[in-house]
Amino acid sequence: MTIPFAIIAVLTIAAAVGAMMLRNLVHCSLALVVAFVGLAAAYLQLDAQFVGFAQVLVYVGAVAILIVFAVLLTRGGEAPEKSVFSSSWIWGTLVAAGVFGMLAWTINNSFASQREPAEKVEATVKQIGDALMTKFVLPLEVIGLLLTAALIGAVIIAMKEEKK
Amino acid sequence: MADSLDQIFVLLKHWLVALLPPAAQPLVAVVLSVVAIISVFGALFAITTVFERKGLARIQNRYGPNRVGIPFTKISLFGFGQPIADGIKALIKEDLVPRAADQIVHYLAPIAMLVPLTLTLAVLPCGRNMTALDLDAGLLYFFAVGAGAELAVFMAGWSSRNKYSLFGAMRAIAQMISYEVPLILSTVAVVMIVGSLSPVKIVEAQAGYGGWLPDWFVFTPWGLAGFLIFITAATAESNRSPFDLPEGESEIVAGYFLEYSGFKFAIFFMAEYFGMFAAGGMAATLFLGGYAAPAQWLNWIPSWVWFFAKTMGFIFFLIWIRGTLPRLRQDQLMNFAWKFMLPMALINIVAVALWHFMTPGIPRWLVCSAVVVGPYLLMGHGLMQNQHVGKRVYRYAD
Repeated sequence: MTIPFAIIAVLTIAAAVGAMMLRNLVHCSLALVVAFVGLAAAYLQLDAQFVGFAQVLVYVGAVAILIVFAVLLTRGGEAPEKSVFSSSWIWGTLVAAGVFGMLAWTINNSFASQREPAEKVEATVKQIGDALMTKFVLPLEVIGLLLTAALIGAVIIAMKEEKK
Repeated sequence: MADSLDQIFVLLKHWLVALLPPAAQPLVAVVLSVVAIISVFGALFAITTVFERKGLARIQNRYGPNRVGIPFTKISLFGFGQPIADGIKALIKEDLVPRAADQIVHYLAPIAMLVPLTLTLAVLPCGRNMTALDLDAGLLYFFAVGAGAELAVFMAGWSSRNKYSLFGAMRAIAQMISYEVPLILSTVAVVMIVGSLSPVKIVEAQAGYGGWLPDWFVFTPWGLAGFLIFITAATAESNRSPFDLPEGESEIVAGYFLEYSGFKFAIFFMAEYFGMFAAGGMAATLFLGGYAAPAQWLNWIPSWVWFFAKTMGFIFFLIWIRGTLPRLRQDQLMNFAWKFMLPMALINIVAVALWHFMTPGIPRWLVCSAVVVGPYLLMGHGLMQNQHVGKRVYRYAD
């Protein structure tokens, strides 16, 4: 573990904890943005430029704005009076621990953990683009279709209904 | 001689770094680049504010700042001492924070605005071998980092607890998100032709001189369309007139930075100009040949002069249209982005694909021009028909 990774990890986890614990919803979403940026920094630290920048572009540039707008347009971002903890937090903790244990056990026993780490490859943006346009063109198109459908759906829901 | 003048800053940096022990060299090299970016663009910001005020004054039949010079003497620097006076004023002004404001977010917003926009300047190739951060995915970096500014706008508008601030922030974000789509799509055309996201490679691809015009992308049908889409969208992205609804003085006082005073306001101002420099530099890099000279015989002028000349040309264009064009209305703004700019940017991608696959020659020019100009005329005509544009009628003041 290197020092840059430690800094990034501490920052990301602190921001994620802040996103859960802070009282004001807008503060929570801003803390979540810091966590997104920390994740992007972790990608960059692994030499994955494309993924890192795409993470920033999509999550900080678009998803964060969407979250913030959603918060503002629904509850007005007012801080709740009572505690942020739910009354059934013991059960919640147990379920979360159970899910984590299950996932950790599965990952640890899966074929992925037995696989030898690949030799360090320098994946340029050009290679990623080539792969997306040749080998993975069908998944790409399917995702594109799905997103277009979602977009049209959103427009139809938001459209003003004509009076009859 | 011309070569060493061209590379003078690169040589200077190498010489300075070589003076130091090897252990400190990588760090010092990075720090030198950062210092150069901040000081050069900072100085340009100071000069541009004077040019803007003088230019706007000329358009409006005034003189503009022309007095401030060296203190205690009669030397006036044609008003170019103004930014220093402004800076001192901003520094000694009281920093007012509204009592209801969200203190932490209010404090962080100017920083969150300035940092991403300063970071975008790092990937611009300011001259031959003069790119501070030569990334393989430089263009992606540019847009990814620049997107961070939107959140800063929201932070400023929301934390001020002022209705006008929040209105301004909402307008700004809606506008920035809408115009980011055509902005990025117009650059896709260049990326498709060059086959790289690296700004340096994009500039190198435009380095030749064919015939009496340089091989700049702006001199192709798709390049001209892309360039026009890019500068229109970039103007909207930097919230400049005629797209300055987010700070429309007559409606919402000043928009998202209404509750900022003193140096925090100056930081917003600076960030806006840094955004303009980044947009101008990127427009020059993508479409105007970056640091390349416009003709073979002008190559003796250093490359960095050309880059900054092109960037400042864009700034002067912005000042000019700020002085001459009226502000758009919100619905016009959104209609323009989604019904006109976005389809044009998509059609431009088709044109560039045709350009790529057809053999060079006159037919390629004609087909690509038709693909771009035909929809432009049809769409422009069709959209204007529903507008009912006529002579302005004054309902109350007559």
